[in-house]
Amino acid sequence: MRLIIPLAITFTAGMIMILNFFVPHQPFRFLGENLQEWYLIVASGAIFLGAMNLMHVHFRKIKLKLKNWKYSPVTIIGFLVMLVLGLIYGVTEGRPFNYLFMNMVAPMGATMFSLLAFFVASAAFRAFRASNWRATLLLTSAFLVMLGQVPIGAMIWDKIPLIKVWLMSIPNTAGQRAVMIGAAMGVVSTSLRMIFGVERSWLGGTD
Amino acid sequence: MKSLSAYAIFLLLFTAGAALADNADPPESVVTEAAEELHVLRAVDIEASDTPEDAGGSVSLTWGMETVGTLPDSLGIMRSDPSGGEELIATLPVNIVMYNDQSADNGTEYSYWIVSYLGGTVEACSDRAAAVSSAQWIYKGRIGMMIILFLMSAIIFYYIESGKKGKELYIREIAGLEAVDDAVGRATEMGKAVLYIPGIADMDDIQTIASIVILGRVARKTAEYGASLLVPTSRSVVMSVSQEVVKEGYIQAGRPDGFNKENIQYLTDDQFGYAAGVDGIMVREKPAAIFLLGTFYAESLILAETGRSVGAIQIAGTAMPSQIPFFVAACDYTLIGEELFAASAYLSREPKLLGSLKGQDAAKLFFIILIVVGVIAATVGDYWSPLKSVAEFLRKLVTVN
Repeated sequence: MRLIIPLAITFTAGMIMILNFFVPHQPFRFLGENLQEWYLIVASGAIFLGAMNLMHVHFRKIKLKLKNWKYSPVTIIGFLVMLVLGLIYGVTEGRPFNYLFMNMVAPMGATMFSLLAFFVASAAFRAFRASNWRATLLLTSAFLVMLGQVPIGAMIWDKIPLIKVWLMSIPNTAGQRAVMIGAAMGVVSTSLRMIFGVERSWLGGTD
Repeated sequence: MKSLSAYAIFLLLFTAGAALADNADPPESVVTEAAEELHVLRAVDIEASDTPEDAGGSVSLTWGMETVGTLPDSLGIMRSDPSGGEELIATLPVNIVMYNDQSADNGTEYSYWIVSYLGGTVEACSDRAAAVSSAQWIYKGRIGMMIILFLMSAIIFYYIESGKKGKELYIREIAGLEAVDDAVGRATEMGKAVLYIPGIADMDDIQTIASIVILGRVARKTAEYGASLLVPTSRSVVMSVSQEVVKEGYIQAGRPDGFNKENIQYLTDDQFGYAAGVDGIMVREKPAAIFLLGTFYAESLILAETGRSVGAIQIAGTAMPSQIPFFVAACDYTLIGEELFAASAYLSREPKLLGSLKGQDAAKLFFIILIVVGVIAATVGDYWSPLKSVAEFLRKLVTVN
């Protein structure tokens, strides 16, 4: 039963969603829409699980004085301050929650995002080493794309922006579509394996 | 003097004539314009039809508006049923020219008309249009996709059955998946943790599902090897599922005592907050092996580069085309697109799962042929019309509406 019930639920839910995509007739549409709503409800309820887990992990770290426990009070205080301010004063514009979000959370997020520029530079430096003919091809095309993106490219040779457009819209798009088509096959195959119970490892066993 | 008198008489007569003319009836064109100014605009060309490809109970209405006249305040959609009962089903602003009646009963013929309101009273009325709503059993625009799905399923199930029967199936080597054991082994030897990052999408994303399935395999390996496994998640549902999957992995490996629930923790839903949290774990814990498998967006390179900086062996995999180059540049092994979905079957080496991979490859070959035929037909079709119709057929087959 431990195996059959989850498999039956997966099969039923999976088939409903597939039929909902192809059949507009009731009850498939109703069931499909309801299943999606149920997921949203479950996901919303699970936010409490996440919050409880966060608190549990960090309180435990402090209690047992585990490695790097000193960071935990920062997390707990930050979480509780935002939670209390949001519950008491609301989250609309002009409220303390919104003030803290706009002046602390958003800039910190932007800071993390801005690090990406430096990481791109370091990754590109490694990736663009002309170690073999394929890496050289990558380096050349990347160089042309970058050059075509800035005004100096057109000043050197007016065809460079056109080459950039061709590289981006033909070989690059073809490559991306190939990945997407392959991934779509994988999605169908994985879904079929799960729905028909061929793949059972997520249940903790293969029998 | 005589001429002066004659001029005076002419002037008098002309002035009198003009005065008489002022009192005469206005010309016909002036009358029409004035009437049009008073006329309240009404809906014209009203059309009612069953809403296509739906579950029934819906009639679609479209109409236009007269252009010359007084603009009404609002429009009322009126409906009458076969028993003669009339009702106002909606009041709309005058700039709206379509409406969907969602309260129709299937099989009942309704008659619709539109009234124009001005100052709260009905000033004009459109012609009538009738329609019967009905439910459809299939989306016509998705029949091609359904055929493709059936074909794919048939091919995949054929190979699954072949696998079950013990037929030898060749699956090409995937370097990233061959390295999983080495990565976990390395972490064990170094006495460091294995960090598994299941992406930032929720459980309704198929990449996250594929990642969680791989997590089960990795958890079993870490349990067997005795390595520590850390799983920071950005979604609560993913955390709950991961905890169960890892627990099952440890039980399957006969090491339930090695499972530590606190190692699978929720950080935050925020994209860059999560990236910062995981970076912090990487820098503090210095894991020997990092798995980045699932859906990633702009945080992919931030995570991968930080992982590289701490000297971990990194195995990444995603089906997000825009993030694959970042992983290729920063990680030791990258599972590209479909390889992420193949990982579970590949790692398990179960014949029926390998059969599904073989089926997936066979289906891919079929579509490659279809694409090549389509490209040739579309290109040559400009010069030879039979091929043009082939191209059109293929285009219709793969288009989803």
